[in-house]
Amino acid sequence: MTVDAVASTGTLPARASAAVGVVKVANRLSRVLGRGSGTVVGGRAGLVVDPALLATLARDRDVALVTGTNGKTTTTSMLVAALSGASGPAIATNDTGANMPAGHVAAMVDSPRATAAVLEVDESYLGQLIEETHPRVVVLLNLSRDQLDRIAEVRMLVDRWRSALAGLSGSSDSGARGTVVVANADDPMVVWAALAAPDVRWVGAGQVWHDDAVGCPACSGRIEFGAEGAWACDRCDFARPARDAWLEGADLVIADGARQVLTLGLPGQFNRANAAMAALAATEMLTSRTPGAALRTALPLPGVLARLASVDQVAGRFSSTVRRGRPVRLLLAKNPAGWTAIFDLLDEAGPGDAPVVLSVNARVADGLDTSWLWDVPFERLAGRSVVATGDRRIDLAVRLRYAEVSHAVVDGPLAALDRAVGLSDLGTAGPDRGPGTIEFLGNYTAFADLRRQL
Amino acid sequence: MSGSARGTALTVAVVYPDLLGTYGDGGNGLVLARRASWRGIDTRLVQADSGRPLPTADLYCIGGGEDGPQVRAATALREDGTLLRAADHGAVVFGVCAGFQLLGRSFPDSSDRPQEGLGLLDITTRKGTGPRSVGELVATVAPDGPRPGGGGSLPRLTGFENHGGVTSVGTGARPLAHVVSGVGNGSGDGSEGAWSGRVLGTYLHGPVLARNTALADLLLGWALSDPGGPAPLEPLEPLDDAEEMALRAERLSAVDGSGRGHLVRRFLHRRG
Repeated sequence: MTVDAVASTGTLPARASAAVGVVKVANRLSRVLGRGSGTVVGGRAGLVVDPALLATLARDRDVALVTGTNGKTTTTSMLVAALSGASGPAIATNDTGANMPAGHVAAMVDSPRATAAVLEVDESYLGQLIEETHPRVVVLLNLSRDQLDRIAEVRMLVDRWRSALAGLSGSSDSGARGTVVVANADDPMVVWAALAAPDVRWVGAGQVWHDDAVGCPACSGRIEFGAEGAWACDRCDFARPARDAWLEGADLVIADGARQVLTLGLPGQFNRANAAMAALAATEMLTSRTPGAALRTALPLPGVLARLASVDQVAGRFSSTVRRGRPVRLLLAKNPAGWTAIFDLLDEAGPGDAPVVLSVNARVADGLDTSWLWDVPFERLAGRSVVATGDRRIDLAVRLRYAEVSHAVVDGPLAALDRAVGLSDLGTAGPDRGPGTIEFLGNYTAFADLRRQL
Repeated sequence: MSGSARGTALTVAVVYPDLLGTYGDGGNGLVLARRASWRGIDTRLVQADSGRPLPTADLYCIGGGEDGPQVRAATALREDGTLLRAADHGAVVFGVCAGFQLLGRSFPDSSDRPQEGLGLLDITTRKGTGPRSVGELVATVAPDGPRPGGGGSLPRLTGFENHGGVTSVGTGARPLAHVVSGVGNGSGDGSEGAWSGRVLGTYLHGPVLARNTALADLLLGWALSDPGGPAPLEPLEPLDDAEEMALRAERLSAVDGSGRGHLVRRFLHRRG
């Protein structure tokens, strides 16, 4: 248990040093015993030894927090890529998906020399993370229904975000650097929370899911959605704020009129949204700002977009594999907004004839309630060969029956892929897809199950 | 009523899905509409968003939702008046969770102030003092519960509950079911849901009608029969509910371990 490994963040108090040692030992044990990837166990143990460990490790680091219902992991990954090579030797990041404080502690212990940390944060923990890490940048992607049995309902969550963001300080005249919030201006729930923050970059990143944002959070009015993501309450003056940047198709447009096409390694419009948010966040992280000088019209710094484009998979998501000679694309979607975005991606990818394997579990990490399946527009899969699998394949089967989408039900993701191979003629190639590709869509643990079995 | 007899159009309205649809309860309307149209009944399914007049329908489904939208929906429904008039003329009203609570006399808002409900069911809801009730729920339909067309009684109900309310059933309504596993109304008498006439409410998501097709068909039977006449004597034409039965069996066995797993395995064997 040496302390020198954490020397770059300054001398740690004795208690924190001991806690860091505990984190390392526990993680090593966990990995050796094969009990997991060894991130959460150590982090938890460390926090028991020193409850202030997260705050201590974050001190002297430039921290960016990324949260929201969908796109957290991808945006975090893009932000890390955008900062890499420009911000010193390494960036601490929780790229294993462990997005609660134990995971954040483990990430920072793992990268002791990193002077920056990019942390994906579970929506429920944003307040604690802001308080303990004093971030330079907070990225708010979107907010919609997800895991209602575990995470709070959207309105409770947005109120908690709002109070947490109200406690931030902006850059002061004395030169102290405050926190910049990079917020999705197209999501009224995100805007309601972010309006409480002192310094915000508004990005029109798009929002496919409006059903959790119809009631105005400011009054008893109704949010009406118009063209190109514009929205406004029909009773009060709550409306989409003036945007600093926005997406127009594949272009990232800056308020002064500059535009730059986003060429990415990841497919789909929602990944362009993630990239826009990451680009603005990276620019804030990389810019030494003079006090009081707003940077509202700056294009992302040169290199940022190029580095973003290098991300071509995120923890296996959007990656490809081969099963019985057929290419398989692996896609993850966890909630109605996420599945809707993935269906958009399927439509973008080419003619609607590629077979689809759907896999759904309802373990703790997924949410125990499968009712959300009925908010997903499975009707859009009509005409494709569909195979249902996962722990909750019968829930899927019933949902598909009422969507009038014919389907097979198969136990186990590999057997389901094999069934898809056997069921279908080769689908047609599309812009993002080779001929004969099978699309695999799984929710959180179902996706992990397939990756493990492959 | 546009569809008070078989063969004419049946209109199913999902009430304010933009406010009350947080838990997939829109699926209840879909299940009802499909089960009617699969039987050759000309059926219309309407997603009746808030902010405009509520259309006339034979069967209204009101889903679960968050506190703010629940208050908004109750106020709008009272001001609009269509639902109350339709219920008065024999339309079927089916509420789930927040949609169940707002059918009653009063329910709490997010600050625990009582809000006036629609008064279609003699129930009163207050905030519970313990943690939210979250998890699988199984309940047996009460002896004085609603009877399906053709006699007999409804099979056990299965669903997923997620609520913080405690609901008391008054003398003007009857409990829908008695809880076997889970919380339900949480008022200490083991009751779950309530019903009276052609108004029925429950805490069960799932959506509940996908997991309990007998309850779906009971509501359809009500909507397809003359409100002034006797309860329907004939059951609806049976459908191939193999997948729904397998889902019921799996969910019931997950809760009570009653050995129904073999039904699931048989189903999966057949399908797989």
